Amino acid sequence: MATVKPHPVTGGTADAAGSSPAALAVPAAMRSSAIAVSGLRKAYGDKIVLDGIDLDVQAGTVFSLLGPNGAGKTTTVNVLTTLIKADSGTVRVAGHDVATEARHVRAAIGVTGQFAAVDDLLTGEENLQLMADLHHLRVGEGRRVVISLLERFDLAESAQKLVSTYSGGMRRKLDLAMTLVTRPQIIFLDEPTTGLDPRSRRTMWDIVRELVADGVTIFLTTQYLEEADQLADQIAVLDQGHLVAQGTPGELKRQVPGSHVQFRFTDVAALDAAARILPGSTRDDEALTLRVPGNGGTKPLRDLLDRLDEHSIEAEDLSVHTPDLDDVFLALTGHPSTEAIAP
Amino acid sequence: MSAISASLADSRIMLRRNFKHILRNPVTIFNGAVMPVVVMLLFVYVLGNAFSVGERYIEYVTPGMILLAITYGLSGTAVSVNSDMTKGIINRFKVMNVSRGAVLNGHVAATMLGTSIAITAIIGVAFGLGFRSSATAGDWLGAIGIIAATALAAAWLTVALGMAAKTPESAGMAIVPLILLPFLSSAIVPAAKMGQGVRQFAQYQPFTPIIESVRGLLAGTPSGGYAAAALAWCAGIALVGYLWSRATLSKRA
Repeated sequence: MATVKPHPVTGGTADAAGSSPAALAVPAAMRSSAIAVSGLRKAYGDKIVLDGIDLDVQAGTVFSLLGPNGAGKTTTVNVLTTLIKADSGTVRVAGHDVATEARHVRAAIGVTGQFAAVDDLLTGEENLQLMADLHHLRVGEGRRVVISLLERFDLAESAQKLVSTYSGGMRRKLDLAMTLVTRPQIIFLDEPTTGLDPRSRRTMWDIVRELVADGVTIFLTTQYLEEADQLADQIAVLDQGHLVAQGTPGELKRQVPGSHVQFRFTDVAALDAAARILPGSTRDDEALTLRVPGNGGTKPLRDLLDRLDEHSIEAEDLSVHTPDLDDVFLALTGHPSTEAIAP
Repeated sequence: MSAISASLADSRIMLRRNFKHILRNPVTIFNGAVMPVVVMLLFVYVLGNAFSVGERYIEYVTPGMILLAITYGLSGTAVSVNSDMTKGIINRFKVMNVSRGAVLNGHVAATMLGTSIAITAIIGVAFGLGFRSSATAGDWLGAIGIIAATALAAAWLTVALGMAAKTPESAGMAIVPLILLPFLSSAIVPAAKMGQGVRQFAQYQPFTPIIESVRGLLAGTPSGGYAAAALAWCAGIALVGYLWSRATLSKRA
């Protein structure tokens, strides 16, 4: 990696705060893959958990692996983070092969798992210090990193308390802070907000956005569609060990039937006229609205407006509805996202 | 070379962590340090006079109580090892390039440290209760050596049992036979006074040569045969515990 990476905690270089627009401005072809996976397979006995996964995550972006419980998300994270070996396929993380160069991979990554991997019998500060010690940071630098992380994650007041007294949200924050002590280029967040209250979830989202602004690559698994929609540049939908779709949140939504344009009219006469010239539309006489199936692309939309114009029909207003990711999931997998899949 | 020094450095960090755990868990402190003293007072003041062991009971039972001080502290270790494995923190260490085995070494070292404190307390109380030894400095060193080897073997076996258990609760249970074993040796009363079956078991189980060699050394009458058998048992148990726990560490994600 030729890029200078500022420390995600202290900022490091002066232009760190402004690095996010600069990162976006880099042409796609010049970006490098932070994670490249091809043909990844993993089975436990007869049960195939991952059946040929291909992924490519660009450096400095947020990639979200979306899927219900039991889809294989955690197994994917465990393979990508060197914790378990794949049966076949190649996985390169930060430019290194996870099977043959695990040490190099580990030096570049940080992992915050599904269950907070914190030490209950140590204080918050001691947990962070433990990470600094294990990372062999010099004493002074270790102290600085620990103190700045406590402040950044709003844990300074509870720093001297045993972690067993922390709330769920505080434990997750500490868990992520511990991951950041090692200054990873790539952070794996395995269901980071599962079980958190809405406020803690938003805090977590803000932290993720800050990390991305600092140039860190995020690999996020989630079963919350809204979370992927909020954070991810790219989403891959995982279902029963297969990737059923990949794309930006917008692209995924457009793949799904259910997009429509809705016109609202001032009177029934206009609604009647519009319904006559736009076949396939659904009218709602009470609300004086007309739904026309179609995606939100500009060309079809312009055609629609042109036809209304030809017939001199005036619409009061117009809105484009794209389905949310719940609709996406149902359409792509044939079952709702919340349904746990029996193995 | 650097791998070894990194492993030592990581093990020392883990030792500090695990010893903090011991100090912060009242149950571990009670089981490890207070219980052996209570049991010793019970045996010396309440039961001991009813046993005829051929010498003053305090002299007879002190080596046995030293052994209890080793085994009573083990359940805390087993639970603590298992919690590391089942609560996800082991994955954090693995992903951090922490030296393989430093987690295990840390548990063994912390257990040894806790055990040596408990043994010091037991020996102090024994002297307070009238224990007198005619051992030479060399005998004491020999006794300390065998006690340390026993503590090391017990610690590695406990770490392996803690690693292999599915839950912290079952890890605690897995140690119970180890805690009972000294009672079925010549620790409390001579094996020769036990019933048929139990006597044979007591004569051939590892704790008996360990106890007898320590007893001989502390009495100033060392026995080379018992000492050799004790050290052989310790080496074997430590090796099994070490290999078993390393194998479990590689197997469990």
